[in-house]
Amino acid sequence: MHKTITIDGQEVPFEAGQTIMDAAISADIYIPHLCHNPDYQPHGSCKLCTVKVNGRNCSACTFPAMEGQDIQNHSADLEQDRLRITQMLFVEGNHFCPSCEKTGNCQLQAVAYYLKMHDNHFPHFFANREMDASHPEILIDHNRCIFCNLCVRASQEKDNKNVFAISGRGINKRLIINSKSGQLKDSDIDINDCAAHICPTGAILIKGTGYQVPIGQRIYDQQKIDEVSLAEESKDHG
Amino acid sequence: MQAFIQTIIDKHEAAPVRLLAILRDIQAEYQHISAATIEILATALKLPRTQIISVIEFYSFLHTTPTGKYDILLSDSITDRMLGKQNLMFYFASQLKLKIGELRSDGLVSLNNTSCTGMCDQGPAGIVNGYALTRLDRPRIDAIIKLIEQHTPVKQWPAEFFAVSDNIYQAGLLLQAPIKPGDALKAHFQRGAQNTLAEIDISGLRGRGGAGFKTAMKWRFCAAEPETERYVVCNADEGEPGTFKDRVILNSYAHQVFEGMTVCASIIGAEQGFLYLRGEYLHLYEKLQAILQERRESALLGNNILNQGINFDIEIRLGCGAYICGEESALIESLEGKRGIPRNRPPYPVSQGYLNKPTVVNNVETFLASTKIAVHGGQWFADVGTEQSQGTKILSISGDCAKPGIYEYAFGVTVAQVLNDCGAYDVLGIQVGGPSGTFIDIKESQRKLAFEDLATGGSFIIFNQSRNILDIVKNFTHFFAHESCGFCTPCRVGTSLLKKQLDKITEGHGSAGDIVALEELCQLVKNNSHCGLGQTAANPILSTLQRYPERYAEKLKDISYEPGFDLDASLETARHLANRDDAGAHLTQVEED
Ligand SMILES: Cc1cc2nc3c(=O)[nH]c(=O)nc-3n(C[C@H](O)[C@H](O)[C@H](O)COP(=O)(O)O)c2cc1C
Ligand code: SF4
Ligand code: FES
Repeated sequence: MHKTITIDGQEVPFEAGQTIMDAAISADIYIPHLCHNPDYQPHGSCKLCTVKVNGRNCSACTFPAMEGQDIQNHSADLEQDRLRITQMLFVEGNHFCPSCEKTGNCQLQAVAYYLKMHDNHFPHFFANREMDASHPEILIDHNRCIFCNLCVRASQEKDNKNVFAISGRGINKRLIINSKSGQLKDSDIDINDCAAHICPTGAILIKGTGYQVPIGQRIYDQQKIDEVSLAEESKDHG
Repeated sequence: MQAFIQTIIDKHEAAPVRLLAILRDIQAEYQHISAATIEILATALKLPRTQIISVIEFYSFLHTTPTGKYDILLSDSITDRMLGKQNLMFYFASQLKLKIGELRSDGLVSLNNTSCTGMCDQGPAGIVNGYALTRLDRPRIDAIIKLIEQHTPVKQWPAEFFAVSDNIYQAGLLLQAPIKPGDALKAHFQRGAQNTLAEIDISGLRGRGGAGFKTAMKWRFCAAEPETERYVVCNADEGEPGTFKDRVILNSYAHQVFEGMTVCASIIGAEQGFLYLRGEYLHLYEKLQAILQERRESALLGNNILNQGINFDIEIRLGCGAYICGEESALIESLEGKRGIPRNRPPYPVSQGYLNKPTVVNNVETFLASTKIAVHGGQWFADVGTEQSQGTKILSISGDCAKPGIYEYAFGVTVAQVLNDCGAYDVLGIQVGGPSGTFIDIKESQRKLAFEDLATGGSFIIFNQSRNILDIVKNFTHFFAHESCGFCTPCRVGTSLLKKQLDKITEGHGSAGDIVALEELCQLVKNNSHCGLGQTAANPILSTLQRYPERYAEKLKDISYEPGFDLDASLETARHLANRDDAGAHLTQVEED
């Protein structure tokens, strides 16, 4: 017999070794997330996936599912905190959706839609961040990096390289590139690397492919992120 | 240069876990770690260069660009400020003719702030090239400037500049009657490991680093792990502002700390231990190394300890300026030569700690207590204190009192008693447990220091009626923003937002809605952060907002909203370009109605 946890009153089976997020995805339950992607080691840094487990806040993407857990996922309080955390990401970097090629395909934007975010709420940091357009095929716009660490993990876990790393401390955190010059063109990234395609926002873009799909017809222009995410993620992992 | 770096690499056996030590040595020689050095290290240690860069950028005492041949840091703890640190800093900078936070153009000297250096009982304090300076005043700063301008090596500076006193005013179970080196181990071997563990259990000892986990239980969990390669770690990061008792314990009771670690090692079956010593306590390093050597020579450490067939040794690893490395899993990452990012839990260190092996991490004072308990038995300890908080607690007392220093009390002592003993008067409030603890008002002085009432890792900062609550809160809030590791969103962005929001209010730009927003943000950071740092970073604001709402309210403008920036000032460039300064070229901050 399967062991079970309860998410918002619904019994959800899980297998040993699964996290709460894994169990939820398998049961077609969406828990908002940005730094998590089931194809990679869980990271647990964005905190969007915070759920209440027997009354205590835990990150669903890293916390193991355990028999008898009573989990709250969709409550007004949790959604409010998730909204605020998303707004934090928006004010920390420089996100101008209307002028970003990723608009409509961006998970940060899509999560914001999902959480009904209408303003940034917090004062902007106006961080001084740079672009790295050195590589012929791949563009990095640091203004849009949310430090999800996915490119770091993709490069290590899938591409067997080490193109990206997170450096700095606290609010001075930054994404750095593994090359002598610090520029992408001198790194060993390849256009076919997973790391080049994993970014949930528009921080890493493939050059020469912009606007092939018109705005209005893009992923999250058509569907909400909960549906897209479940369709994508449970097909491999359900 | 290459030759020197190679010597350093060899000295540390090209071990990636010793990356911090390697970087410290290079920084000491060249005042920074250059891009060329990073390349050499990456090759020699077989690490991606990005890992080396990210480690350097994480720790406050490591730099990729040069600091001065004389690198001076002043401790920016609230207690240093209360002793006149800010004026000294401005004086220092003007006399040296440099800007705070910058390297002087001749490359000779740099001056900057640093988080509390653990000298609150003898501040204003500082650090020069890693070594602690105490009791700074203008004459001493004049003397220091002279030494610098004359290029006198720090080693030749007068010893009194570096004098660090213990200032023990009240000793109890732990600080009285030190046991002779080896006595605890002998008692322990005679009794048998399981029986010593039982004594620790009976003693009721709970961790002294703040969280208060039962020590016997932690050791038992670790010993029960199937993996047999295990480690003992002593947490001497002591970064909580206002705490300095571990400094004193290590200065005068180090044998007993190392003996406690050895007792633990023999119970859990560890062969290697580490003392993680905060970089600010570099002045203790040589002394502690000598004590370790002495213990090896007395068969109290090393192979076949006291002929019992037990092997255990201790290595000291120095921190590099990061409060977060006091958090046990961040400490372990740092021990492994990485950035101090708290791990996801579970797994906990007792099952997967250093190198993912079972590891016990305990505070310095916890190991000292264990040694005493190994000699005197558990009941001796349990007879003192309260039912839920057995034994004694060593306090670091600083701030507005006649005798700042070290005081050991049985748990359950009232705040009033402590205030009386250290000669505090005209008290406004006390920060108990440091910024991450609670600010209490003098009206609460009948409260007790104990896990069940006011829990504390030992920091006890006293403020008199002349102090401004908001200045205190501001200092603490800025501290957390500076020390946030940046891993999780709520703390990384949230602590900086707290700083902005608090500054907006204290600088007189706040309106009623701003206090509501501040409180909401506090709850958000507290409830969603990944580790104890973020979860407690809002405590200074929350505990004072609750007790002194009027101090915040006084600062508010009589309007419902004011933007966080100065509208009119931001038009200055435009006015300049247009060569206008008439009324129409100015904006009021808010429409008056
Ligand atoms: C931000 C932060 C800083 C900490 N700093 C220290 C410290 O400097 N020393 C310490 O012993 N424990 C510190 N702790 C607590 C440790 O994580 C851990 O609980 C403790 O070392 C365990 O030892 P104990 O059981 O003997 O108290 C800190 C925790 C946090 C969250
Ligand atoms: S709470 Fe702060 S210090 Fe702790 S992991 Fe998150 S960012 Fe780092
Ligand atoms: S998705 Fe779990 S913390 Fe980011």
